[in-house]
Amino acid sequence: MSEDITKGYLDMELLRFTTAGSVDDGKSTLIGRLLYDSKAIFEDQMESIERASSKTGDGEVNLALLTDGLRAEREQGITIDVAYRYFATPKRKFIIADTPGHVQYTRNMVTGASTANVALILIDARNGVIEQTLRHAFIASLLQIPHIIVCINKMDLVDFKEEAFESIKDDFDKIATKLDVHDIRFVPISAKLGDNVVDRSENMSWYEGPTLLYLLENIHIASDINHIDTRFPVQYVIRPMKEEYHDYRGYAGRIEGGVFHKGDHVKILPSGLTSKIKSIDVFQQGVEEAFAPQSVALSLEDDIDISRGDLIIKDNGLPKASQDIEIMICWFSETPLVLGGKYSVKHTTNDLRCVIRDVKYKIDVNTLDHNTEDKKIGLNDIAKIQIKTTKPLFFDSYRKNRKMGSLILIDESTNNTVAAGMII
Amino acid sequence: MDNKYRINHLRELEAESIFVIREVVAQFENPCMLFSGGKDSIVMFHLARKAFWPARIPFPLMHIDTGHNFQETLDYRDKLMKDTETKLIVRYVQDSIDQGKVVDETGVNASRNKLQTTTLLDGIEELKFDCAMGGGRRDEEKARAKERFFSHRDEFGQWDPKNQRPELWNIFNGKKHMGEHFRVFPISNWTEMDVWQYILLENIPIPSLYFSHEREVIERDGTILAAGEYVALKDDEVPEKRIIRFRTIGDMTCTGAVESKANTLEEIIEEVAATRITERGGRYDDKRSEAAMEDRKKEGYF
Repeated sequence: MSEDITKGYLDMELLRFTTAGSVDDGKSTLIGRLLYDSKAIFEDQMESIERASSKTGDGEVNLALLTDGLRAEREQGITIDVAYRYFATPKRKFIIADTPGHVQYTRNMVTGASTANVALILIDARNGVIEQTLRHAFIASLLQIPHIIVCINKMDLVDFKEEAFESIKDDFDKIATKLDVHDIRFVPISAKLGDNVVDRSENMSWYEGPTLLYLLENIHIASDINHIDTRFPVQYVIRPMKEEYHDYRGYAGRIEGGVFHKGDHVKILPSGLTSKIKSIDVFQQGVEEAFAPQSVALSLEDDIDISRGDLIIKDNGLPKASQDIEIMICWFSETPLVLGGKYSVKHTTNDLRCVIRDVKYKIDVNTLDHNTEDKKIGLNDIAKIQIKTTKPLFFDSYRKNRKMGSLILIDESTNNTVAAGMII
Repeated sequence: MDNKYRINHLRELEAESIFVIREVVAQFENPCMLFSGGKDSIVMFHLARKAFWPARIPFPLMHIDTGHNFQETLDYRDKLMKDTETKLIVRYVQDSIDQGKVVDETGVNASRNKLQTTTLLDGIEELKFDCAMGGGRRDEEKARAKERFFSHRDEFGQWDPKNQRPELWNIFNGKKHMGEHFRVFPISNWTEMDVWQYILLENIPIPSLYFSHEREVIERDGTILAAGEYVALKDDEVPEKRIIRFRTIGDMTCTGAVESKANTLEEIIEEVAATRITERGGRYDDKRSEAAMEDRKKEGYF
């Protein structure tokens, strides 16, 4: 056992996935099942769930209670916020962003989706593709989650029939053509009984594909990061003020795209000045190369004025630069968007301001229809808008690089984050 | 892992935490890092040193001392601060008691755990910190699972779990009004196992309490507590020597030990992998009620 652990853990990858759904879809049961079967639920947690289940009195142990952390959630039996859950198998460590599924929680789904490599979409086999399925798939597409796993759940309630699975799969494929999604997998499961979750189902011998856990462990995610276009937003400047590092200036940040090598020629934006990488530092040692998503410090051959918010790139694959930017937004605030209003903007390590120039259209998340008449953008609305920023922004389209193409809008009087934006 | 440009889960967590710590220094004027001498704050401090190397970390550490600490923890703390030339500020719960702001609990289950909140909030106010980083992890406890990396606190230091700012991608909004502050949790996404694996990977020294040793203990309601001057004994309780180690290190009055022979990091990792009880399962402070942590956090606890 000790060999597995100490050798194996250096070989584990991190996978983040999001689930959206309501109590009825069996989402919490599915998560509970994954945690329970992979032995991530501990005895004292189980006891606490058993205690709470006996309070609500429905006899069965309710695994949903495991994911509903806040007092109000347990009392009302609903998930309000994004909850993060963790489990690991010998192959991967998983972070689940567990979100509620109803339309009034669209903003929570968007939040959970923003960091995910994989979206799990749950469909009740008895109901097939419904409005909510489309909404969840649309959010996964809007946030550009690279992989979607559609779990067709409650197969036990349709007698484990292949036809039920195939017909739902066809329906989903039809809606997928309207969306920007590339990798979709389908698994017939019963979260309650465990079929095809961790162990293969004996009830569905007609299904020859992998189980859900096998997919989660093996989906190829290393290529999801852009390793071509080099992007290094400067986060902080390190000046040691120590005798031995007297002239050292390290530009600290996280690589958001591409690979940097010692000796590479680089360009700094917005100044346009050029230099060469003198060292790439990661604590007490220099490295020859570094790549996304590593956090490092770069030092350069030349003494140039560089500060937080600047972007260091190599001279290939330039980002776009503009003050007039079109974005898709999800509105997070109960106070509606003000057309012509000014907001603070955070984009990579940059702080700036913008004015809302135009609302192009609003999207009905249940039908995907574009509405160009209604310009009123309120809580949970998704819309395409145009903004003008106080200074030029260096960015990539969100499709090309999620980190370089995302921003948030902040209300200047309350300081609340009021919108998530994806640059088109 | 065949792809050349891949990093393992520990390096990815490390990169995320370093990004968060640097973001704190960039966004706040006067941040501090809370330090208890426990493994989570040791790892967080190690990450901070990595984030700013070769410079010293550009903020002080603050320890809220209940006065009921293990001597091993204090010795470890003082040596670490000296070796790394780090500034440490200590604020004492005893001072809050002497000032009449809080009242020491009495009886056999007396603990100063809850009292720390007052000392912590007073320290933040007195020293005008606008951000305090803490080593809380989301996998520890269910109320923590809903916590943000950047967690906003009102002017009373309170947390409003139902009105948290959404946090997307790696964009953190640390904007605030006068008098408000932030709690930031750089190792939010780490699990107990990740912390141990990372300590092994980076060869980070930890207090001896984490390794197996013989100690006088008592067992109370299934929790093994260190016998000592701060733990009042019930009439029928007789301390006995056992081979134990601690999974978490906090106040002596509420930190539960486990019987263990694990003497190396490898053995600890093996034990953590095989164990079926969460590390907080041994924490007497969480057993008080189902929502004990949520209630303490709302008031301003770590």
